[in-house]
Amino acid sequence: MGAVTKGKITDIHELQKVAKKVRLHILHMLTKANSGHTGGSLSAADVAVAIYFSKMNFDPKDPFYKKRDRFILSKGHAAPLLYAIMAEAGYFPLEVLDHLRKIESPLQGHPCCTSLPGIEVSTGSLGQGLSVANGMALGLKLDNNPARVYCIMGDGETQEGQIWEAAMTAAHYKIDNLCAVVDNNGLQIDGPVQKVMGIAPLHDKWAAFGWHVIDVDGHNMEQILNALDKAENTKGKPTVIIAKTTKGRGVSFFEGKVEYHGVAPSQEEYEKAVKEIHNG
Amino acid sequence: MGEKTQNSELKTQNSEKKPKATRDAYGDTLMELGQKRSDIVVLDADLSCSTKTNKFAKAFPERFFNMGIAEQDMIGTAAGLALTGKVPFASTFAVFETGRAWDQIRLTVCYSNTNVKLIATHGGITVGEDGASHQALEDIALMRALPNMTVIVPADAAETASVINTVADYRGPVYVRLGRARVPYVLPDDYNFEIGRAFTFNIGKDVNIIAAGIMVATAKKAAAILAKDGIDAGVINMSTIKPLDEETLLRAARSSKLIITAEEHSIIGGLGSAVSEFLSENHPVPVKRIGINDTFGCSGDSEELLKFHGLSAEDMMKTIKEALK
Repeated sequence: MGAVTKGKITDIHELQKVAKKVRLHILHMLTKANSGHTGGSLSAADVAVAIYFSKMNFDPKDPFYKKRDRFILSKGHAAPLLYAIMAEAGYFPLEVLDHLRKIESPLQGHPCCTSLPGIEVSTGSLGQGLSVANGMALGLKLDNNPARVYCIMGDGETQEGQIWEAAMTAAHYKIDNLCAVVDNNGLQIDGPVQKVMGIAPLHDKWAAFGWHVIDVDGHNMEQILNALDKAENTKGKPTVIIAKTTKGRGVSFFEGKVEYHGVAPSQEEYEKAVKEIHNG
Repeated sequence: MGEKTQNSELKTQNSEKKPKATRDAYGDTLMELGQKRSDIVVLDADLSCSTKTNKFAKAFPERFFNMGIAEQDMIGTAAGLALTGKVPFASTFAVFETGRAWDQIRLTVCYSNTNVKLIATHGGITVGEDGASHQALEDIALMRALPNMTVIVPADAAETASVINTVADYRGPVYVRLGRARVPYVLPDDYNFEIGRAFTFNIGKDVNIIAAGIMVATAKKAAAILAKDGIDAGVINMSTIKPLDEETLLRAARSSKLIITAEEHSIIGGLGSAVSEFLSENHPVPVKRIGINDTFGCSGDSEELLKFHGLSAEDMMKTIKEALK
């Protein structure tokens, strides 16, 4: 074991197709669970799909394959996105998605690494993923392991102080086998991020902390792929991609709606949403 | 035969050794481990001179990560290192390790069940002059409440060395609480620590003292004084507070009508609570908890502080006599 079973996808249209499927899985599982986080799962979908299917080495049949690239979903509430991707990648059958948030399910409300192989670390309490990503990246370097580490954070999540502790660490230890992403969808539970607790100017903050910062449209596959390439080629400092995204992306009546942060679609909404995604 | 005699002559007996701080034993043992094993990595939060991880840092700089004054990030980074197969030892003062980074320990160490060793120094009141802000009196309670966590409080420098070697081989989260002050050697020379196994000095017919950390030496002193008054007091070193050595506890509770717990920690949530919880459900006997009585500490010389908080051998003896009336 150890080889990558699925070939990487570099074609933009193919990746967009996968992203579409992933969005459909997200909506399906959230509706079935009647619980979970819709907005933030949809906003980060394009970036996460690009990372998993165009960049990462992994083997769903051997989740602990030593040279696998690591993915950490620091914004753990977007768990449906991670599960949809893992199902699509072949970690488990699609039917398992029906068990999201059910008792004794491997698909816990927030990612749990002891319940589901392929989840690298449990997340859900915000602000912690980047520190773990740093630790993994340092461990890989000590072993001369060429694997890379990816970590997706929420924009609201960067209000946590630990994110900035970790930001210092990554620059201090020149952790260049790490690529972080801020899913900059502009909304958090209580309202617009800038209104709840301003985090701007995000680009300047990360740059001041010693990071290589790339701004992209987080729904533009070409821009995302270019940024991931640049991150991989940047040596001596960590890279963060600030992805401008729309919360609820792909479903017009969820887009930009703070109400859909932690609310699942109703059956009626689900049917409408599926049509939109098929037509979109 | 001749060789054996020579070896035992060369080796200093524990009883003849000068008192040594458990943190110093940690620093020395970590160095030895670092030489033997390349998977050992060490993290500290700007206190390496006090936690004694600085020796390892000097010898193995590529495997030492100073995280600055950022305990939460230190714990997350340690979890990440563990997830790539390293065995991280993360150290700072007990109050910061367990309090400042509790949610990080909960999520990325215990819930994720990562192989992180949390080795905290400056536990308890004997931190001394720095005062209450730096005296961890709640750390055992905080760590004991977490699933998957093992909690260990060694009694002396020799036991500390044995504990550190043992937890390096054990797979899973561990919290080890060490102290700042020098402590006498109390355990026999041939003693080897095992997780979950208490060391019984003797079982008493009148009272048994279940102690941990520096209070083991105090309990031995108190028991010796009590013996002169005809009171048969047993002493047990319960260095693993989680999981408790239930068998030894039951033996002690069946032998005497009174159980005393003694710890340099709040009487809420630590060894006293653990023992009371177990005995009340399995073999109810009167338990008297000796510890810090739900209060913060204060500045002072460590010996003075122990007396001030009623943790001296004389205090213990009085408490036992009162309880036996």
